[in-house]
Amino acid sequence: MKEPLWKKLTPGSVVLEAGSAVKFKTGSWRAFRPKFIEENCIHCLFCWMFCPDMSVIVKDGKMTGFDYDYCKGCGICAFECPGKKGNKAIAMEEEGK
Amino acid sequence: MAKIVAVTGNEAVAEALRQINPDVCAAYPITPATDLMQRFADFVSNGKVDTELVLVESEHSAMSACIGAAAAGGRVATATSSQGLALMWEMLFIAAGDRLPIVMPLVNRALSAPLNIHGDHSDSMGARDSGWIQLYSENAQEAYDNTIQAFRIAENMDIRLPVMVCFDGFIISHSIERVEYIDDKDVKNFVGEYKEMNPLLDMDKPKSYGPLILPDLYMEYKRAQHEVMTKVKDVVLNVADDFEKLSKRKYGLFETYRLDDADIAIVILNSAAGTAKDVIDQFRAKGIKAGILKPRLFRPFPYEEVADAIKNVKALCVMDRADSFGAYGPLFIELCGVALHLQERPLMINKIYGLGGRDFMPEHAELVLNELVEISKTGKVKIFKEYIGVRE
Repeated sequence: MKEPLWKKLTPGSVVLEAGSAVKFKTGSWRAFRPKFIEENCIHCLFCWMFCPDMSVIVKDGKMTGFDYDYCKGCGICAFECPGKKGNKAIAMEEEGK
Repeated sequence: MAKIVAVTGNEAVAEALRQINPDVCAAYPITPATDLMQRFADFVSNGKVDTELVLVESEHSAMSACIGAAAAGGRVATATSSQGLALMWEMLFIAAGDRLPIVMPLVNRALSAPLNIHGDHSDSMGARDSGWIQLYSENAQEAYDNTIQAFRIAENMDIRLPVMVCFDGFIISHSIERVEYIDDKDVKNFVGEYKEMNPLLDMDKPKSYGPLILPDLYMEYKRAQHEVMTKVKDVVLNVADDFEKLSKRKYGLFETYRLDDADIAIVILNSAAGTAKDVIDQFRAKGIKAGILKPRLFRPFPYEEVADAIKNVKALCVMDRADSFGAYGPLFIELCGVALHLQERPLMINKIYGLGGRDFMPEHAELVLNELVEISKTGKVKIFKEYIGVRE
């Protein structure tokens, strides 16, 4: 007889594998998605600093876009973005539109 | 050589904790458990133990710190009572769900409101579904012995569950009794070196405690948790066997007193069982076959074993020192579960007694036994649930 799934679980639901959260893609939770408007970006990296996940992709010290596999669309990056001359580099748009 | 002393229940349990010398103890004072931890804090201050004593700002934090320390890989203990246990409530489930072998003496005290500091079982009964193993203790000796055994039960590699050691506030915690202490080295040998399981402080193998488990697996974890509980009875009995070799004191899943040929019986927890035993002797002297069953392991509850012990009893009174308002008392409900295992069940009644430290007197036991004699003669139960010792 096949051993039931519940008998194979780690005691106390302890996760023994480091970094396994990467397998749990939370992007589908998003109702609003951040849109990157590159011409308004001054690369202050406030968005990268404030992102509660790790969804702001930075390469060589420059903001390059978002990781939509994990971004839950909280909008903190758009709120914090100082932009350039009053024009934000991040805008929140409704998903599916 | 065992040492015979005259001590309070709290003093005896603090002594057990000194002998065991846990790695971490996080606690917050609450009557009547305050005195237990105060005595243990003395041991810490005087260098009698090398426990890291964490004085936190609430019981919620106390249990949280215990959970953290146990997950880190330490042997952990705390103690509380009543509102303190109530404030720990959400963390109790986490300690059990994370399978952390924390040992907690619980000095039973009534829950507010109205505010009351005296002994009843409403606190531990409220936590009966938290996933903790619960042991109950009649007197200071049993509280001391159960505390020592609790570490072995909790830390068994097949179990890894927290254990609550319950004993009655003031009646046991603050009354001086004769207690036999086991030698320090024998206690240390009995409890053994602490064995870690998935410790967080093992930096070479990083791991996470307390992940989010959604509907796709939550139920499987709960099913597994129940399965662990089904293994506890055997471990409790094995530990009791080893403990008997050490102390000459015998423990089981429950204690029976003159129950073998009894026609009528009382099921009763903790200190009141002592009072009831005296009255049983008086009834036996009159030729009435009366006996007692005193549960020791309340969670998990040993239904089959209790069923076997009471199978020849004609009338049974289950006495609860805690109430479930609008329902039967919690111990009575367990005995209804026991009755499912019997082809012919005894006639059963439920008495609520001793709430908020109301004395349980021999005449209360007499009243109950006389009613049981009447029920076994007539075969009729008039009232299933009644309160005894209530002022008119």
